[in-house]
Amino acid sequence: MEKIIESTELTKTFGDFTAVNKITFDVKKGEIFGFLGANGAGKSTAMRMLTGLLSPTSGAATVAGYDVFTEQEKIKKNIGYMSQKFSLYNDLTLMENITFYGGIYGLSNTQIKERGEKLIERLDLGNIKKKLLKEVPLGWKQKIAFSVATLHNPKVVFLDEPTGGVDPITRRQFWEMIYEKADQGMTVFVTTHYMDEAEYCHRISMMVHGEIHGYGTPKELKKEFNAQNMDEVFIHLARGDQYNLK
Amino acid sequence: MKRFKFILQKEFKQIFRDKGMLPIIFLMPIMQLMVLSFAATFDVHNINMEIIDKDQSSLSQQLISKYASSSYFNILQNTPYDADNGESLQTGEAVIILEIPQDFEKNIIHHQPTQLSAKVDAIDGMSAGVSVNYAQSIIRDFQDNYLQEKGLLLKNGLKINISNLNWYNNSLNYKFYMVPGLLVLLVSMIGIFLTSMNIVKEKEIGTIEQLNVTPITKAEFIIGKLFPFWCIGMFVLSLGLSIAKLVFDIPIQGPLSIVFAFAMIYLLVVLGLGLIISTLSDTQQQSMFIAWFFMIVFVLLSGLFTPIENMPGWAQDLTLLNPVRYFIEIMRNVLLKGASWADVKMNFFIIGIYGIIINALAVLLYRKTN
Repeated sequence: MEKIIESTELTKTFGDFTAVNKITFDVKKGEIFGFLGANGAGKSTAMRMLTGLLSPTSGAATVAGYDVFTEQEKIKKNIGYMSQKFSLYNDLTLMENITFYGGIYGLSNTQIKERGEKLIERLDLGNIKKKLLKEVPLGWKQKIAFSVATLHNPKVVFLDEPTGGVDPITRRQFWEMIYEKADQGMTVFVTTHYMDEAEYCHRISMMVHGEIHGYGTPKELKKEFNAQNMDEVFIHLARGDQYNLK
Repeated sequence: MKRFKFILQKEFKQIFRDKGMLPIIFLMPIMQLMVLSFAATFDVHNINMEIIDKDQSSLSQQLISKYASSSYFNILQNTPYDADNGESLQTGEAVIILEIPQDFEKNIIHHQPTQLSAKVDAIDGMSAGVSVNYAQSIIRDFQDNYLQEKGLLLKNGLKINISNLNWYNNSLNYKFYMVPGLLVLLVSMIGIFLTSMNIVKEKEIGTIEQLNVTPITKAEFIIGKLFPFWCIGMFVLSLGLSIAKLVFDIPIQGPLSIVFAFAMIYLLVVLGLGLIISTLSDTQQQSMFIAWFFMIVFVLLSGLFTPIENMPGWAQDLTLLNPVRYFIEIMRNVLLKGASWADVKMNFFIIGIYGIIINALAVLLYRKTN
């Protein structure tokens, strides 16, 4: 299958500190790829390199066929991004946000209108279409942010802890939306702290102290670490790291 | 460039939706112009004066009555001896103490030199200078009148009289001088503060990162940020000029087109600077402080309050870097002196270069990838 992200020994150092240390992995087209790790493990740094927000120190990586060192602006045309912090404009309405981001990604007015209407219908948000986003509850906002991040049908969408602080029902609906997009062939690259969510992913990489220590399907990982569920895998790796240091 | 439309749409909506900002943008400058134009005065009136008349003669009385009848002086007390030893200067009651010596009349009648002494509270050097000037000119008048009366003028031979004619502002109305300058200041402040808060605000709320992962180009971003404030700046300038004309009756001797053409470029410089500050700051507090720092330096080195010619050489050189200086020059020269395009081409040239450098920097310094 076509590989949409390929990373070979990608590294980022800040002075003496190595935030991401030679990570090698790939993500296939249409895959939901879970990018796991404890706080400070280097997930965000890795993601920022892949999205062209941060220049890597060494190694090699391509996203949607473009080089993360030299073709960052081309990457940006082909990806969507949703950060853990809600980053649509609270002082604009839902439709105005859609129009703005649609416009930035080069959609035509008719495309914006069509896709906007569809999005609003899909999320059943017709009644808040004209409301400023600051008046909308967080759970809805996250779904809106995801929909806006995928409005331009990017090849890959990067989700940075998209369900933080969201109730279980909304989380569930959120993952349904992720599956819909994956079914349409969009690749989803997602970081999360919820290990039940990790089970929903096709494949997973587990980062510990800037390195990838686990890599495979949830099933493979559970087998490899002799665990009942992903929770145990996570705890084993995140804690085991201290013993492995020796 | 199609993207550009969407960026502008968003920026304008955000500015006009911010109900807290609108009065700051439109009402504040008007109020400031109205109030500051009256407050920023160099006219000296009603100087509180104490007179110690040790002579108590008819001549000394004549001199005192000249002061009393002048609108510049307000005589607090008139005593024959030094009652409080300068106490009134210390307390701030009097600004100037004039002492008429004993034998004042006698000396004059006998053509002996006589000396008046004036003690001035010179904490505010500028107004002290003006006070002394007024005081001296009254003495000069008095002297001339006296000599004339006694027919002594001719005996003394040639007497040179200097008569002043004040060109360009012949009524010496300080408002004519200050209002155009203040207007420049207000337009600059609006520009630099609003823009310096803008990008950093997106940083604070986190939307900048979302923008940085889009294919928006740096130039689109910067111009999109700049243009709405440019419009606001031009609007405030037009409004301010109307007020200057209607309320303060400022003369407009030269073509206003020069002022507006200059403002178009000038605003790019100020706004670009604000954007640079905004790009380099991490918080709105930081950017506000830096913008404020720049503004203070710009104002004090602009020639608005103190003539540039009076500054030491190195400070004069510094003013050459100050965009505010060039706009104030344009305003005063065009409005009061009726300067033509040829007179101000150097200002245009400099501000043009400035604009290119500042905005190129603004685009360069804004980083989508760290």
